[in-house]
Amino acid sequence: MIEFFVTLFSYEFIVRAVVVGALISLCSSLLGVSLVLKRYSMIGDGLSHVGFGSLSVAMAAGLAPLQVSIPVVVFTAFMLLRLSESGKLKGDAAIAMISSSALAFGVVVTSLSSGMNTDVFGYMFGSILAVTRDDVTVCVSLSVIVLLLYILFYNKIFAVTFDESFAKATGTRVDIYNMLIALLTSVTIVVGMQIMGAMLISSLIIFPALTSMRIFRSFRKVVICAAILSVVCFFTGILLSFAFSMPAGASIVLVNLGAFLIFAVIGRLFSPDSRA
Amino acid sequence: MLISCENLSVSYEKHIAVENVSFHIDDGDYLCIVGENGSGKSTLMKAMLGLLPLKSGKISFNGITLKDIGYLPQQTQIQRDFPASVFEVVLSGCLSRRGIMPFFTKSDKLFACEKLERLGISELRYHSYRELSGGQQQRVLLARALCATERLIFLDEPVSGLDPIVTAEMYDIIRTLNQKDGITVVMVSHDVPGIISNASKILHMDTRLLFFGSSSEYMLTPLGKKMLGGASHD
Ligand SMILES: Nc1ncnc2c1ncn2[C@@H]1O[C@H](COP(=O)(O)OP(=O)(O)O)[C@@H](O)[C@H]1O
Ligand SMILES: [Mg+2]
Repeated sequence: MIEFFVTLFSYEFIVRAVVVGALISLCSSLLGVSLVLKRYSMIGDGLSHVGFGSLSVAMAAGLAPLQVSIPVVVFTAFMLLRLSESGKLKGDAAIAMISSSALAFGVVVTSLSSGMNTDVFGYMFGSILAVTRDDVTVCVSLSVIVLLLYILFYNKIFAVTFDESFAKATGTRVDIYNMLIALLTSVTIVVGMQIMGAMLISSLIIFPALTSMRIFRSFRKVVICAAILSVVCFFTGILLSFAFSMPAGASIVLVNLGAFLIFAVIGRLFSPDSRA
Repeated sequence: MLISCENLSVSYEKHIAVENVSFHIDDGDYLCIVGENGSGKSTLMKAMLGLLPLKSGKISFNGITLKDIGYLPQQTQIQRDFPASVFEVVLSGCLSRRGIMPFFTKSDKLFACEKLERLGISELRYHSYRELSGGQQQRVLLARALCATERLIFLDEPVSGLDPIVTAEMYDIIRTLNQKDGITVVMVSHDVPGIISNASKILHMDTRLLFFGSSSEYMLTPLGKKMLGGASHD
């Protein structure tokens, strides 16, 4: 068993994958708490499809994938935010529409230009072992920025998530912090897609938050528990995937599902006393 | 005069919810906004707080800004299952004073504790907000509003859904805040008999303004008599 780990981590590409994956999991889970509580979990899903569409187009056109995708996804996130704020279009309907169109667009563009090549396949289902040294630099710096901003604006993010009207009425610039959440989410999703794939990144966002809410009843504890869970589930998932040669992304999601079920049972058994 | 509102109109899409309402709020007032359900009370309050755009009219703040205002919104569904401790909720009221500083200071935390003490909910500090009773939740939200201000609070139906005893306690607290602490109170209510003895001014609306003036004048108007008489039957 120990030998298995030692051999595993002697491969540089595996160490790279694990570092990047753990950071992405961490960022996703932090932002996930706000997204789930604001009933925006669909946005994560929608954005990942838009990310996929823009990556495919960028690759078909021979452009740098991240540099094209991040702005496109950020723009989409701001637009979705606008739409759901103004109430002009029902939020989830708008997201479903945009996300399926983006997905279709990406698939069509790709098949017209080059056929379903492996890169695009990788973005859909994740290609954790294909992380290059350059990817690591980009991922690590972006994740660290996301984490720092999250910690720095933690109190504001809480206020905006818990009660936007109160925050706004008492003079907090709610629109700025909503945009910050959208921006951080977009960056995390685009960067995370390389690891987890467009199909699975949204589960990295949603699962740890939902899981820790089964047991914990204060915002801070939910956030901390989600952060820890996401990393633990990532490691467990990736080890299982190596041990039984299963796809990494899917294994991680299944481990997350397992954690959710366990927490749900515990939450039920120790039915909530009123302690936070 | 703290706030003056001239000819305010607010609409949702094409539906006009507040039409041509003018009034003012003075320092130390206890103003109650009364009217039937759907008469535009919450809409008027939200418009004053900048949560809804004005269709027409003008609001002027004299010597105060939004940062001097505390607000207790009419409860929304989203808060009801939110994982947050009482202290987290109350402390978030201090945010407007934090400005760009990222973290709460020791004095913010003491201030929040003081408000908990004040409203008699110190022992709930570590409890989960969503597992409290309706009356306790309203006290928590009032404590948060008090963290945001020492001058002016806006309360939207702070007693809705509370039983008569808790309602009376809530009214007592609000009256003390107004009379002892000199906090200006603007409160939405449709319980005219319950608030008439506390309020200094009444604004009665039904999309349009029906009455604005002191509560003693209001009691003498046919409208006021109807509200006081009619409501005492239930
Ligand atoms: N978000 C909204 N969108 C559309 N119409 C609304 C909205 N909120 C309130 N209204 C309508 O505006 C009118 C006034 O509502 P409101 O200000 O909540 O009344 P009150 O607080 O006096 O019960 C009602 O007819 C209500 O249906
Ligand atoms: Mg109302």
